[in-house]
Amino acid sequence: MSTYLTRRLTYMLLILFAASLLIFLLYALTPGDFVTSNIKLTAARKAELRELYGLNKPVLERYGIWIKNAFHGDFGFSLAQQKPVLTLFHDYIWNSFLLAATSTFFTWVFAVIIGVISAYKQYSWFDTLVMVFIFAAMSIPSFFIGLFLIKIFAVDLKWLPPGGMLTTGSNAVGMAYVREVLRHMTLPVAVMTLLGIGSLTRYFRSNMIDVIKQDFIRTARAKGMTERTVLYRHALRNALLPAITLVGFELPGLFGGSLIIEKIFNWPGIGQLYMQSFSVRDYPLLMGFTMLIAVLTVIGTLLSDILYHVADPRVKL
Amino acid sequence: MSTIPATGRTEADRRSSARKRPSLWRQSLRRLMKNKLAVSGLVFLAFMFLICFLGPLFSPYADNKINTTIMNHAPYAKHWLGTDLLGRDVLTRLLQAGRISLTVGITSMLLSVFIGSLLGAIAGYYRGVVDQVILRFADLLLTVPNLPILFIFGALLSEWKVPTEYRMYMVMLMLSFVGWPGLARLIRGQMLSLREREFMQAATVLGLRDRRKLVHHLLPNLFPLIIVVATLNIGGAILSESVLSFFGLGVMPPTPTWGNMIDAANTIIDFEKHPWLWIPPGVSIFLTVIAINIFGDGLRDVLDPKQKK
Repeated sequence: MSTYLTRRLTYMLLILFAASLLIFLLYALTPGDFVTSNIKLTAARKAELRELYGLNKPVLERYGIWIKNAFHGDFGFSLAQQKPVLTLFHDYIWNSFLLAATSTFFTWVFAVIIGVISAYKQYSWFDTLVMVFIFAAMSIPSFFIGLFLIKIFAVDLKWLPPGGMLTTGSNAVGMAYVREVLRHMTLPVAVMTLLGIGSLTRYFRSNMIDVIKQDFIRTARAKGMTERTVLYRHALRNALLPAITLVGFELPGLFGGSLIIEKIFNWPGIGQLYMQSFSVRDYPLLMGFTMLIAVLTVIGTLLSDILYHVADPRVKL
Repeated sequence: MSTIPATGRTEADRRSSARKRPSLWRQSLRRLMKNKLAVSGLVFLAFMFLICFLGPLFSPYADNKINTTIMNHAPYAKHWLGTDLLGRDVLTRLLQAGRISLTVGITSMLLSVFIGSLLGAIAGYYRGVVDQVILRFADLLLTVPNLPILFIFGALLSEWKVPTEYRMYMVMLMLSFVGWPGLARLIRGQMLSLREREFMQAATVLGLRDRRKLVHHLLPNLFPLIIVVATLNIGGAILSESVLSFFGLGVMPPTPTWGNMIDAANTIIDFEKHPWLWIPPGVSIFLTVIAINIFGDGLRDVLDPKQKK
């Protein structure tokens, strides 16, 4: 186990190192930089600023500086916001987490309930309905459903706010603040839940179908246990356990925000921060964000593999 | 094989019936046709293709002439889905956009499936250094989030001033660039398990060459998996293209795609007052992708039941 972990962690570090180089080069390729995109500056001032930010150095040298600082836990200053990248992440990441955690919670709860019921009543009209719903949920273009719901619930019906986290100019505190945030997060959470629920429901449904067919369920029934005990104590547990391997894959989504949803709903999360930084070419921030996702992805995959072993000890690490 | 029940038939009988038994593909096709949901998905897709590729030929508005007298008109008898800000017929543009979106989806799928299967098969078959290099590269690309990479490529296309009519081909390349690593891993895994099977040992014992083993024995066994994954991938490619074009980084106007038509929703007036500009393309994407997913799932049931999860 420990040799496995050492080998795995070394590989992870190497991959992340290579990924950082690749990402850095790609961002360096993108046209313009933070200074050139600012039309208010004179040519002399631009040259001065590029010197100051080190933007005039060769790409590889800039990368060298970046990676050296990164190893010391310093991810640089955002050029647009003049704050350390990590401070900005800290300011925005929890807004993203709020959306992601809430929708992940609803996704899992609904997926388990719907998946298990439709597996138990396989081929019933309910099951057919669920299957159609699963396919529909898996086929929705995320940005379109966001726009569509804003149009209906915010523009036409005026039930919910169209975007943002607070009403503009609001200085609500205490319960009023909580209520306002809740109202603003309803639509984005609904969309994110809808987008995630399809594949997960399908996963639980097919897991449960596999379990119900097994011999130990027949044995449990033959022993005269109530259907409820068979279902909840014997079948459900075995159907749910493999799902812990999926937890790792949720990691990037939980902390990495959602570029599209946050942009559509104007939610002040880390994904929205990225989209703003992309248009002004705020490299330190873009670099920091992309690496954050990469790190979360790698850790998530490792976590999944380990949990896979926990769920099924026959699987060797 | 030993489980065939003893019937009263003679050996010769059995052989002749075995010869008459339809091929595996034909059997699969027959089973697919019994799946009503999958067939309806296929029929819908065929319908979508027909109206997108043939529809504009019958439209009186196919030349997209600018008509300032009927700008942003709501749907009515002459323009079933209304007109846009240049007075062009939205329905005609929707169908023309469908051509591009479907073409981009299918071509980028073909490209990524080709690259992915080729590299995956080579990695799984030769193992060793080749495998390591391909696998590491795929891992690297899987670690870097897709959307930022696509955004960067999109910005590059604008910087290089790629003419709009060529952007569509660049978008296909971009999508296949991020699409192949996952496929390569899948195919490689399948290859690793196939090459250990008895029939491959037999092929080795017979002294067959690598080329023959790959092309005649391994590839046919990979086809079911590849076909299923390829079908489902078209849906993903169509969705990705629409996201990119919506953010103005994919295919650009005047070339219409479903994604860049929804871009109208970025203008507050069009978004609130002219929903006929952006709702139809969104619904088209949704219906096309759902049909692809349903059909692909039916295909999987038939061709590759083990992959159900």
